[in-house]
Amino acid sequence: MTALATLTKTEAKLLLRDPAAVFFVIVFPPLLLLVLGAIPPFREPNPETGVRTIDLYVPILVAMAIAMFALSGLPNQLAGYRERGILRRMSTTPVSPAMMLTANLIVFVVTALGVTAVLLALGKLAFDVDLPRQLPGYALVYLLSLVSMLSIGLFIAAVVRTAKAAAAAGQVLFFPILFFAGLWLPRAAMPDTLRQISDYTPLGAGVQALTDTAAGGTPQLLHIVVMLAWIAVTGIAAARLFSWE
Amino acid sequence: MPVIEVQGLHKRYGDKIAVDDVSFAVEEGEIFGILGPNGAGKTTTVECIEGLRVPDRGTVSVYGMNPRTDRREVTRLIGAQLQESQLPDKLRVGEALELFASFYPDPADPDQLLASLGIADKRDTPFRKLSGGQKQRLSIALALVGNPKIAVLDELTTGLDPQARRDTWDLIEQVRDRGVTIVLVTHFMEEAERLCDRLALIDRGRVVALDSPAGLVAKVDDEQRIRFRPSQPIDTEELLALPEVRTVTRTGTQLVVTGDNDVLHAVTSLLARKRIVASELRLEQTTLDDAFLALTGRGLDTADEGGN
Repeated sequence: MTALATLTKTEAKLLLRDPAAVFFVIVFPPLLLLVLGAIPPFREPNPETGVRTIDLYVPILVAMAIAMFALSGLPNQLAGYRERGILRRMSTTPVSPAMMLTANLIVFVVTALGVTAVLLALGKLAFDVDLPRQLPGYALVYLLSLVSMLSIGLFIAAVVRTAKAAAAAGQVLFFPILFFAGLWLPRAAMPDTLRQISDYTPLGAGVQALTDTAAGGTPQLLHIVVMLAWIAVTGIAAARLFSWE
Repeated sequence: MPVIEVQGLHKRYGDKIAVDDVSFAVEEGEIFGILGPNGAGKTTTVECIEGLRVPDRGTVSVYGMNPRTDRREVTRLIGAQLQESQLPDKLRVGEALELFASFYPDPADPDQLLASLGIADKRDTPFRKLSGGQKQRLSIALALVGNPKIAVLDELTTGLDPQARRDTWDLIEQVRDRGVTIVLVTHFMEEAERLCDRLALIDRGRVVALDSPAGLVAKVDDEQRIRFRPSQPIDTEELLALPEVRTVTRTGTQLVVTGDNDVLHAVTSLLARKRIVASELRLEQTTLDDAFLALTGRGLDTADEGGN
């Protein structure tokens, strides 16, 4: 088997052997969808907009699933590997430690896609939440959300020295990012000022773009630009600052 | 033909000069030791050989190739064991070997390797649950899984108990017997004396001596020291009259006689003629530690200057 295939398989096994990661990354987002959907008022349409709260929560939980892994799992893993000299050890083999990063990203993307599929299917089957109507648009803004979270995660991995610091930084960023994504208060319910701030956060923009495309519309240019800007700034900083040692 | 050639190697980190004009050559099939106190520049030197660091000056060649520019080829030829390198806690022994085997074009059979290193029964054990000695065996296995021509082992036995250390020494000799050239970085004199065919003594970034362990000792001093308790009092003048004897010191009822390589024979012959029995007789030879002391003015153990 090739090095990349073996690395990817190994990283996937290690993910599955970590109960906390399995719970928060894979189990928790669908579980939360079921819990929220079990609240009767969340299934009632808003008399003004006709939108149900549970409809709003599907894209929020999709964003949360991405953020869980990108902000805590990935930086923690990479910083830990660097701290323990694993990336350095790989540098003495014919395979570059960049391959380890690639393997992690593959595991991440596959997991995120899987959890997203589960969330969409569960929403449809359990609560009759419509599947995304504008699929190419949805796929595009999903990709942008994914890459913006990855860039931030890699930025964390680049600036911290230890796995502990990576976990702490991931947590500190996770809450404001998810707050503005609407996890505690969906964007539709936010006061105007809060929503305007949310427009400029990576997942605030991401969730709104996901919501717009899911409803069959086109995403706002502002949200696309905001995500691209986050990707450019954190991605370039991560690439500049990351070291294998 | 040397398999590794290091010429005029210099490396500094900021203001600190780690390696200061180091040169040596490693011959095919030997165990070459790099011995010196902590912080002497040993690790930096081998990291330049492994291509992990770029020398500020000087050249390193491995089978005629440059470890930085011919990275792919050189990493296939060298199996490395790094100081303080860990694996993921939950990665199992067998998985680690299969993973590293997948990095090389012509890897060794992981199962055979585990068996020859005596950890075949640990195949399904996660890294976290291995003992220190088992972790070192695994790291040797990982260094060998690519079928390298050279194994670079850095402080392999540091932190192991004496029994595990001796077992590891046997393993290193087995590896050499398979035809693998070994570069062994150590600060244990006993380890270097026991294993190395030749060694470079490094202190403060410089090679202070380069020879076989016996050659190093002989170069420094050909003095031998005898300690014994004579059954009857003996005139020290009579001992000093022997041409082989240099000094005689009396401590209580014990005598310490120093002299050249033939001093033992001369002294025991004299005692036999005088019918004096030498009890608790001990012959003390110069060790590598003494050699290091003589060459640098400091002992190996006391020369500690912090980490590498």
